Amino acid sequence: MKKLINDPETVVDEMLEGMVAAHPELRRLEGTEVVVRADAPVEGKVGLVSGGGSGHEPTHAGYIGDGMLDGAAAGEVFTSPTADQLSEMIQACDGGEGVLCVVKNYEGDVMNFETAIEMAEMEADADVEYVVVNDDVAVEDSLYTSGRRGVCGTIFVHKVAGAMARRGGDLEEIKRVAEKTNDRVGTMGMALTSCVTPEKGEPTFDLGEDEIELGIGIHGEPGTERTEIMSADEITDRLTETVLEDLDLESGAEVATIVNGMGGTPLMELYVVNRRLQDLLDDRGLETWDAWVGDYMTSLDMMGCSITVLELDDELKELLAAPAETPGLTVTEDR
Amino acid sequence: MDRETQSEAVREAVEAAADRFEAEKTHLTELDSAIGDADHGANMNRGFQAALERLEDADDEPAELVKTTGVALVSEVGGASGPLYGGSLMKASQELEDGITDETTVAFAERYLETVEERGKASVGDKTMVDALTPAVHTYKKSIEVDDCEPLEALGRAVDAAQRGVAFTTPIRARKGRASYLGWRSVGHQDPGATSTLYLLEEVFEVAAEYLDGDVEMDAEADVDPEELEEAAVDDDSGGA
Repeated sequence: MKKLINDPETVVDEMLEGMVAAHPELRRLEGTEVVVRADAPVEGKVGLVSGGGSGHEPTHAGYIGDGMLDGAAAGEVFTSPTADQLSEMIQACDGGEGVLCVVKNYEGDVMNFETAIEMAEMEADADVEYVVVNDDVAVEDSLYTSGRRGVCGTIFVHKVAGAMARRGGDLEEIKRVAEKTNDRVGTMGMALTSCVTPEKGEPTFDLGEDEIELGIGIHGEPGTERTEIMSADEITDRLTETVLEDLDLESGAEVATIVNGMGGTPLMELYVVNRRLQDLLDDRGLETWDAWVGDYMTSLDMMGCSITVLELDDELKELLAAPAETPGLTVTEDR
Repeated sequence: MDRETQSEAVREAVEAAADRFEAEKTHLTELDSAIGDADHGANMNRGFQAALERLEDADDEPAELVKTTGVALVSEVGGASGPLYGGSLMKASQELEDGITDETTVAFAERYLETVEERGKASVGDKTMVDALTPAVHTYKKSIEVDDCEPLEALGRAVDAAQRGVAFTTPIRARKGRASYLGWRSVGHQDPGATSTLYLLEEVFEVAAEYLDGDVEMDAEADVDPEELEEAAVDDDSGGA
């Protein structure tokens, strides 16, 4: 399998080096795999941080910037960052008002964040809270989790919580809107191909030429169903129906959506999926207030996509519309 | 035991554990490759080697030494075992701030178990380290508080309970952790996390035996007869920790 890497051992380090070189507004904490805003900690603002395995770019460090995250820790490919690194990040992003950690529901991530928070509290007397995102409607329990996995809906949580933090909200308020977002968001993904991790150099799972996997997570972990290849519309119908069934929205509800690429699917195909998604929402009397299409939370080179739907209210609309400037997402004023 | 001796004992226990994990690294990884992701032995070995290094510069308070060991494990082991082993040591180390006594070791053991249970959200029967740890901690507490045992005897009983706990993980089906994905296919395999917990306890016991002036020999591979242990420990007349 061909890869544009030097050495699986150094790929994360080199990625971060290149990323920081491309974005002077980002700074890497020396001797760690943690990236923070160049001006962190921002005095008087609650710090917002996240982290997890690498291989999901632009997640996580791609969402650092004004209006979103203050810091992100990168683990090895598909591996949680260690608690000491997470603790350093928390301390580096504490401007005196406390820190909220946004954690995706994967066992390693949750345990390492919990430990990191204890370390930060012991070492720096920091005021730290966390929110566990579990938006994946495909599974109840999975290979890596108790309960539903945290996947692409996390980006909405970053955006909403980041806007509230930017506005000067306190730790409690930011946690509230983060949890509110998590309560109202659902995601389901699918794979056309397996991804190839740098370490292994070959597909993580075997998927026949004419097979697809529905209900996958973001590591190429098994989905809920393996089936014959279907058309884009059929796939979109399956994903959307499962998400909407879970959210149980009333006609007239306003939503924001993400059609997220898994890393190996061209935008052309994602737009095809989005077209069908918007038709389906329309058919059900749902109003799309904002639709994002692109690679937001990937699985290396996996071909496939996920569909995320977030039910909005006035507060969430306002927070989603607030400005943000990050390598992975920019929202300008005057929406 | 004065503070200095306590610190020496803690350092020695970490060294003993490091040696043990080095020796058992392949075995643990083999157990893990059957039902996990085949890195438990390497991870534990790396963690304890890092702990040895960090202890060189650590402050000589028993609680601090235990905490430093925990931080090293958290930093180097990674995955779920890092927080489970390291985080629990870090948290439980607070119970040793007044030194190592019967009371503080019971509190330490309970806090350690509590942290593992909270973090891993596992309970007995899930085929995890909790299956070794829970009986060990309960046995230790009961032996000290109810049966009025000497600490070494209590620890011996705890090791024995942990051994039975490890044996119990083989026939059952995993319900937590990576192995749970295998469902019934996990049956017939001994849990690597429970096994490494047992190794740790055995090494602590060996070092304790040395410091508490006992001549108790433990054969790690052999089944331990609790009565034999009791007799051995009764011969130990060193008094409390």
